[in-house]
Amino acid sequence: MENEKTSETESTPFCVDVRGLWKIFGDRSREILESDLRKESRASILEKTGSVVAVRDVSFQVRKGEFFVIMGLSGSGKSTLIRLLMRLIEPTTGEVDFNGENILAYDEQQLNHFRRYTTGMVFQHFGLFPHRTVIDNVAYGLKVRGVGGEERQAKAMEAIETVGLKGWENYLPGALSGGMQQRVGIARALATEPEILFMDEPFSGLDPLIRREMQDELIELQSRLQKTILFVTHDLHEALKLGDRIVILKDGEIVQVGPPEEVVISPANDYVREFVYDASIQRVLTAGRIMEDPDALIYDWQGPKAALHILRTSKEDHAFVVDRKKKLVGLITMERMKKLIENRGVALSEVMDHAPVTTSPETILEDLFPLAAGAEYPIAVVDENNRFLGEIQISSIFENLIQSGGAKEEDKEEKEEETHD
Amino acid sequence: MTDFPRHLRIPLADWVDTFMSWLLDNFAGFFDALGELLLTILVTIEKFFLWVPWWAMIAVAGLAGWKVLGRWWAGAVLAGLLFLIGTFGYWKLAMMTLALTTSAVIISIIIGIPMGILMARSDLFEAVNRPLLDAMQTMPSFVYLIPALMFFGLGKVPALIATLIYAVPPVIRLTNVGIRQVPKETLEAAKAFGANPRQILFDVQLPLAIPSIMVGINQTTMMALAMVVIASMIGARGLGLEVLLAINRIEVGRGFEAGLCIVILAIVIDRITHGLAVAR
Repeated sequence: MENEKTSETESTPFCVDVRGLWKIFGDRSREILESDLRKESRASILEKTGSVVAVRDVSFQVRKGEFFVIMGLSGSGKSTLIRLLMRLIEPTTGEVDFNGENILAYDEQQLNHFRRYTTGMVFQHFGLFPHRTVIDNVAYGLKVRGVGGEERQAKAMEAIETVGLKGWENYLPGALSGGMQQRVGIARALATEPEILFMDEPFSGLDPLIRREMQDELIELQSRLQKTILFVTHDLHEALKLGDRIVILKDGEIVQVGPPEEVVISPANDYVREFVYDASIQRVLTAGRIMEDPDALIYDWQGPKAALHILRTSKEDHAFVVDRKKKLVGLITMERMKKLIENRGVALSEVMDHAPVTTSPETILEDLFPLAAGAEYPIAVVDENNRFLGEIQISSIFENLIQSGGAKEEDKEEKEEETHD
Repeated sequence: MTDFPRHLRIPLADWVDTFMSWLLDNFAGFFDALGELLLTILVTIEKFFLWVPWWAMIAVAGLAGWKVLGRWWAGAVLAGLLFLIGTFGYWKLAMMTLALTTSAVIISIIIGIPMGILMARSDLFEAVNRPLLDAMQTMPSFVYLIPALMFFGLGKVPALIATLIYAVPPVIRLTNVGIRQVPKETLEAAKAFGANPRQILFDVQLPLAIPSIMVGINQTTMMALAMVVIASMIGARGLGLEVLLAINRIEVGRGFEAGLCIVILAIVIDRITHGLAVAR
């Protein structure tokens, strides 16, 4: 399963390709880049030259449709980085390619065209226009493009409905709550149907309940729209929850890039380890990650005898039943099969459990606990079309938890040994 | 020893005089044309104010006061105050003063808003203009009455110029401040959606600067009105001249009446323009 997944994503082309990107604030940036000073620490460069290295030699690639999270504490250069990518701040040196085109070579007109048609941005403090109504805010990107009034309103209305703000279109942003204002911000970014969405700490200003709600909605939105998203946050849980991959920045440098579970399970260095220390594994591991191929699978067109045979040859006393399209139909057990044959029944559906416990591959370990508590048999993992993907043994849920917890303990022991030396 | 050494004297006064006569010799045509233009504007506006019947003027001021301030009695008070001017017998002179003030304000807006925009866009331009604006406001106004006289002769035009120099700084300053106060993220948002500088100016900066610009216009109006007495010294007719005459003849009552009329004009104009600024 895993190998298949990686080979599939690797074949998707890079949408964003950043190479050797630097941003130094100060008059002597060139001088620093061309001398040995470039290798020194941020603090010593500041002391010697008065210049601040905000982003240092950053390179990464983002695939089309990927949810890419840039994460770091305040002062790590994450907000500067995202602004460099669309030249809201001019990079000192480096290359930023979007679909193979270097945007640093763009003149002002090309840059504006790029911002109008390729990208959309959501801001931490919303960045709404207080003198324009919600619908005029949302329609702004289209207005800048020169889209006519009626088409503009229609498209803006669509975006407003997407974020669930229908009925609020004629209010001024000031009349809306923070969460609603950020919905306007998201709608504004979506209205132009950009290929790439930049989100600069969009949920940081919201209170925790609203934040979680917005995160869930964003996940749902992303599963429908499949945009390429570059998302900046300082919140580890947010990064782990949303990101397909996470890049961790410290002092303007990349410390680690990888999928969430990799960052948590094998941190690149002490900094990341410290960072993810309180990130519990049960919030990172997903059902899709720990599910296994079933020992036996029964198709719904098979007769009772064939089904019984399959069950007898398998290690388990139960099996999931699927139809021709691999859609989950139910669960069958040895006991019930025997009953069916005793009663001379002909159809599996007579004794089948039609509503076995199911979950989606994105469900995190933590959310599997309540399901596991009530389940007698394994949990079926199905996609949104109810197609059967794999099963999770109840015991394996706890095994996974203990294993990764154990791994962490070992790490700690190692660290302690090191300090003893 | 306590006297400043005489040989260190800089003959700035001589230089200024030389420069003035050079300007007069070489740009007389330009100043004549400029004077013509200003006179046309001023006379047109004055004719209009003198043509409007007094009761219509009072009614308009009353209505405007009511609508802008939101209370009917506020409008009634303003109308009553204007009526008082008529009862003193100064209606015509008040209208002349109002015309001079209005002309100065209109020209101030035409010059001031673009200047303010330029200052907001360039730190250098702002740095150069700041001391200039300070000088325009703090230099005793009599000082620039003299060159105004020399360029444009006696009469309405030099009065208008002197009023302009004194009154234009607030609208420039507050346009600059209003634009600079637009939140950075709001500007960034417009930029991120690909807005060009013109779109940013008209879609975001100017609309958000309007409250500040309105305050600037209000201040400019007040300062223009404050200049009318001084402007009357070089021949502008109106309430200012009445005050001046009363001072010369030591007629306290007459001076008080005319002075009160200026105060009334100031109150009416201030409440209405301030109301407009706040209403935004």
